[in-house]
Amino acid sequence: MSQALNLIAGDVLRFTTAGSVDDGKSTLIGRLLLDAKGLLEDQLAAVARTTARRGDTGMDLSLFTDGLTLEREQGITIDVAYRYFATPRRRFIIADNPGHEQYTRNMVTGSSTADVSVILVDATRGISQQTRRHAAVASLLAIPRVVVAVNKMDQVGWDRAVFEKIAADFAGVAQSLGIRGVKLIPLSALEGDMVVTRGDRLDWYTGPTLLEVLETADAGQPSGHLRFPVQLVSRSRFGKGEEHRGYMGRVESGTIRVGDTVVAWPLGLEARVADIVTLDGTLRAASAGRSITVVLDRQVDVARGDLLSHAHDAPSVVRRFDARLTWLDREPLAQGRRYWLKHGTQTVRASIETLHSRLDLTTLKPVSDAATLAFNDIGTARIVTGRALIADTYAHNRATGSFILIDEATNHTVAGGMISRLEHG
Amino acid sequence: MSAVAKLVSGTHFGEDLDHHSKCVPDTNFEARLSHLDWLESEAIHIMREVVAETRNPALLFSGGKDSIVMLRVAQKAFRPDRFPFPLLHIDTEHNFPEVTAFRDARAAELGERLIVRSVGESIRAGRVKLRRPDESRNVHQTVTLLDAVKEFEFDALFGGARRDEEKARAKERILSHRDEFGQWDPRNQRPELWSLYNARLAPGEHLRVFPLSNWTELDIWQYIEREGLAVPRIYYAHDREVVERNGLLAPVTELTPPRPGETVVTRRVRFRTVGDITCTCPVASNAGNTDAIIAETATATVTERGATRMDDQTSDASMELRKREGYF
Repeated sequence: MSQALNLIAGDVLRFTTAGSVDDGKSTLIGRLLLDAKGLLEDQLAAVARTTARRGDTGMDLSLFTDGLTLEREQGITIDVAYRYFATPRRRFIIADNPGHEQYTRNMVTGSSTADVSVILVDATRGISQQTRRHAAVASLLAIPRVVVAVNKMDQVGWDRAVFEKIAADFAGVAQSLGIRGVKLIPLSALEGDMVVTRGDRLDWYTGPTLLEVLETADAGQPSGHLRFPVQLVSRSRFGKGEEHRGYMGRVESGTIRVGDTVVAWPLGLEARVADIVTLDGTLRAASAGRSITVVLDRQVDVARGDLLSHAHDAPSVVRRFDARLTWLDREPLAQGRRYWLKHGTQTVRASIETLHSRLDLTTLKPVSDAATLAFNDIGTARIVTGRALIADTYAHNRATGSFILIDEATNHTVAGGMISRLEHG
Repeated sequence: MSAVAKLVSGTHFGEDLDHHSKCVPDTNFEARLSHLDWLESEAIHIMREVVAETRNPALLFSGGKDSIVMLRVAQKAFRPDRFPFPLLHIDTEHNFPEVTAFRDARAAELGERLIVRSVGESIRAGRVKLRRPDESRNVHQTVTLLDAVKEFEFDALFGGARRDEEKARAKERILSHRDEFGQWDPRNQRPELWSLYNARLAPGEHLRVFPLSNWTELDIWQYIEREGLAVPRIYYAHDREVVERNGLLAPVTELTPPRPGETVVTRRVRFRTVGDITCTCPVASNAGNTDAIIAETATATVTERGATRMDDQTSDASMELRKREGYF
């Protein structure tokens, strides 16, 4: 391997940032990129120009992430922006989420693929309604690691007591949402302390900097049980003798090995893995995240939408289940109406049989007499599908526990769903 | 054998997937995928999803480095089968001849169908009217592109655009919905959760699909190096006549002669992007191979488009404006 390929080794960590309008989230990302050398001269020059044109001095780091014309005009972030930077340890993908209440749907979007959620809290204002909402989304989407960045420590005189008050308040929020292992970091995005470098004004804080947390956090789904949703079936000749089909897909969790006995769902047919094929040759095994083509040792009836697992840790085959729904469309949920439901590689008809409850984002408690879910609402519902899903609960498996609902008339993606309880039989 | 030929030795589609002749070592079960493997697997997954869910996709192939990577990902996704889509190039007729030649050779070597539609034809047919004869044709590709979508009834176009290229692109979905006029509405994008892509369309609408959304310029070069992919010669350092203009090095060609008062100099340069000649500039460089380009890219101090594109300098928002009207 050439030297150049080793320049950036390591894996990919995806993280999301969420904060209220003036928490300085865009500034924090600008700071991370600037201090980790992810920004280039012409970007810096463009930002300096725009800052000067507005009559401000210095450099408004938030201008790096506010990309759309309207965002720059209004000085706010409207849509999720994706940013990239690398350190010698790993590559980072940032989903920068807007903090406005009306754009919670974008926060859900950015959080769905995140390994870490960075929630910003303004040290001068403490825990806000938005902080609760952000924590609720992080909990709902089961983001493995939550980091609370207590920003603007420079504006509270670097005061330890302010930080500890916020830490205590957030512990209450985390407890009511069941979020464990939260890391809190005092920092100043504006001045840079505890973002990439420690600075010398927060010497009472002995924990890691934000970048240190990001560099060491676990990435990706824990290996778990084998889940291989079939995307396409190739009828080409794979294997030596008779014709064998190739099942194309990506391993969503677990590991598939040549020689394994696998079960093809929903029919429950057993076969052995004869080959794992890639353009670069065959593999003896492939684990989560890898796109491959699987060849079985016998002809079984497998099509797009089907799923391979091991026999001993099988998924459920269900048509009815409870799910947490996050409503993403301006047109509210209509009980009894048909929607398209996309789950894994399968799209089926579905309807919402019963709306159990809506989450009150102020109290973080469910309200049971909800008639509908409106734009940005979160609730729990019983869903019935026209064909069986091969599924797990979301807590068990992010890939096979999640789905989206699509409006038949507008084709909008109207909801993200997380299966909470499977109804067997 | 040329580097390109080496890539696709043999002519039938099973050749490069001869899995009995080689066996790559076990992947380490516990370790996470390296970033290149992760990006590649994600791109393969996206291509397969869109092929499964659309009726008539096409892959935009210009001969540029990003679209070269796209072809490699398509091989990884679909070989030993043929690509389940044709290749499409919207040719301004102002492309570098080395790149156009490479485009044709690569498509032929892969044995895939290449459709070319040109902005020149659109001008001759009266579909495009230039404000002045020397106006860049770059922005006018939109008309030709949308005409091609209509002509072939494409419902999805795979493009090699990346989110790290430009601010408006950073906000775009992987599956980007276009209305019947080909327009992008950045304020009304479909939320994209997990890896669940919504490919549903009304008649006349289409999708732009960007499997390389999460790649950076450095990833592209590292992948080109890892996969041993050939790219047009002008990506590597060569001597070229240029003039200095607005802080950029503008190539001197028949289409882009020096302006009065400009001094033509010969400089050692390479191209970081290879778009339309009239708006693409090389950068000073001695990088004669992929390794050297990677080293340069890793320590670059100016963004890819900032260093090379005159069309992006007009305003902070010029890419967003073009994209709203249906640009790539």
